[in-house]
Amino acid sequence: MSQIVPIGPYHPLLEEPEFFTLKVEGERVVDMDVRIGYNHRGIEKLAESKTWDQDTFLVERVCGICSTSHPIAYVNAVEDLLELEIPERAKYIRSVVAEMERLHSHLLWVGLAGHFIGYNTIFMWAWKYREPVLEIFERITGNRNHYAMIRIGGVRKDILKEDIPDFLKAMDELAKKNEMLTKAVIDDPVLHARLKGVGVLSKKDAVEYGVLGPTARGSGYDIDVRRDAPYAAYDLVDWQVITFQEGDVFAKAAVRLLENAESIKIIKQCLERLKELPEGDFFVPVEEIPVGEGIGHGEAPRGEVFHYVRSDGSNCPIRHKIRAPTFQNLPSFKASCIGETIADVALITAAIDPCYCCTERMVAVDVDSGKRLFNGQDLVRLCQEKTERIRDKMKG
Amino acid sequence: MSDGILKLIEQKFGSQVEVQEKSSTRAYVMVERSVLLDVARFLLQEHSARFCTASAVDTRWGVEILYHFSLDLANNIVTVKVLAKKPFLQMESLASFLHAANWIEREINEMFGVQFLGHPDMRRLLLPDDWPEGEYPYRRTQR
Amino acid sequence: MALKNWALKKSPWIFHLCTGSCNNCDIELLECLTPRYDVERFGILLVGSVRHADALIVTGALTRQCVPRLKELYDQMPKPGLVIALGQCACSCSIFKGSYNIVGPIDKIVPVDVYIPGCPPKPEAMISGIVKALGKL
Repeated sequence: MSQIVPIGPYHPLLEEPEFFTLKVEGERVVDMDVRIGYNHRGIEKLAESKTWDQDTFLVERVCGICSTSHPIAYVNAVEDLLELEIPERAKYIRSVVAEMERLHSHLLWVGLAGHFIGYNTIFMWAWKYREPVLEIFERITGNRNHYAMIRIGGVRKDILKEDIPDFLKAMDELAKKNEMLTKAVIDDPVLHARLKGVGVLSKKDAVEYGVLGPTARGSGYDIDVRRDAPYAAYDLVDWQVITFQEGDVFAKAAVRLLENAESIKIIKQCLERLKELPEGDFFVPVEEIPVGEGIGHGEAPRGEVFHYVRSDGSNCPIRHKIRAPTFQNLPSFKASCIGETIADVALITAAIDPCYCCTERMVAVDVDSGKRLFNGQDLVRLCQEKTERIRDKMKG
Repeated sequence: MSDGILKLIEQKFGSQVEVQEKSSTRAYVMVERSVLLDVARFLLQEHSARFCTASAVDTRWGVEILYHFSLDLANNIVTVKVLAKKPFLQMESLASFLHAANWIEREINEMFGVQFLGHPDMRRLLLPDDWPEGEYPYRRTQR
Repeated sequence: MALKNWALKKSPWIFHLCTGSCNNCDIELLECLTPRYDVERFGILLVGSVRHADALIVTGALTRQCVPRLKELYDQMPKPGLVIALGQCACSCSIFKGSYNIVGPIDKIVPVDVYIPGCPPKPEAMISGIVKALGKL
């Protein structure tokens, strides 16, 4: 007998809250559907009523975690329209901010994934190591989140020379901790048993659904906007794109953890270069935006962010299209979740990094009687118990 | 633009397309509605382009739909433009053979009222359940 | 009543509700639970159901689709319960004012006891706000 399990609709930590309906037969998920729109704020329409400069701050508020990727993609689009080249110093500063954001976002995800499978130690560690990143953000930009760092034609603030040694030191310390965390996850036999082979998204499906970012790179689909269409300073520094072929949850976790090390490498190279460049030259003034259209994209922690703008020569855009990575990643649940057990669905959904908090509000209802079977905490418990079972089995 | 992909499109589809190269990385291709699916298949299957997303713009003559394809290896973005003419606002659906276009077509449908012919699953995606039928927030007439 | 208030102040349990925020307030709220701020040592706990909660923390500018859900959750909360508006969006809609899908701010729908402005407020501000809210009892 199949039952319906509704998940949601409230997931506080999402870009796009959604409401899942899982059709289950016993433990197995046989079908899945999703309803989004709880968080629809009409930003694209609002953008048409705000000026070009105000829009940078508006798109920052599309998502609190990717809050510098959206402005970067937006200014890329406007600069494409203007055919504008920004100063070298601005490029490096943009890269520093964008990579720090990737660091804190990936650490956040690792922590949450750890919480899901019952490794609260990883949760606490990862979130503790995330704090120094936010502290640096506060020193560079003045705020822990929503940095308001990007403007059309450059950046809004300079990174001061006397601060750079402190940042480099903090990065060195973080590199050590990140290495420890990476080893703790990648070398743990229990985690291997728990995460490998779960929620596999094949490369074929990944291409068909057009997934992006770590979700794609974990499935062997080798795309990264930073390398394919270099913006900011990514073509001026030395780094690698991390890909894994397996497509399971473990591969996605490994991609994110190893990307952290690459991010630290990029930040350090950029900061070293910023020491040499003359201070003060970090933007070019932009007077007016001519008639035309522009396309910009950038690599957010979750994948490619895509912006399209069209101008009629006035002080506001007449169309501003925003495509967040989760919009492409979410539909791929249909390929990765079906056939898995309910204890794993929470984990697979978390692995794409749109949601984890949904589980706090999951309720399973028996279709015939309408009786409650599970709530959110039960699902987390199920997920954690499975880890325990695997651990016991490995001990014995 | 590398590959000469624009030339190939021009050769293949002749007068039904109008190619406009904006810069070394961006190109716009205006196509007739009748060849939209063929152009999309040509880009996706023969040149392994990635479907980024679609945008729609409300204009005086209808809703202009822009399909953005990224050729990742060559760092190019080719945008295919097609006009869904007023008053009927209909367009062929890419979602019938491309999963990646499924959601964005649903979004354009509810925001602009464009009907996608052959779309497998045209339900409401973003707007609230009690949103009135026949009101499309991204049209010019809406405040 | 005195006993109830004493119990409330001793260990307030919090339910967190997002009504169309950008995540940031939500992340910063979670930050309060992690080693740097660690509010659990004061007995402040995030709970999974509003029926167990003493305080409802609402973030976001309140989209149309969330209005009935917010009302329902407010009704389910045991009284006396506190409602805390967290972040600039919940207090005044912030940058989203004037959008076709925004109904908020939330004090249009439910009575709010404490406003914590900021985009996002720092964890220190959140802790201070919750302490002030408890002082109201």
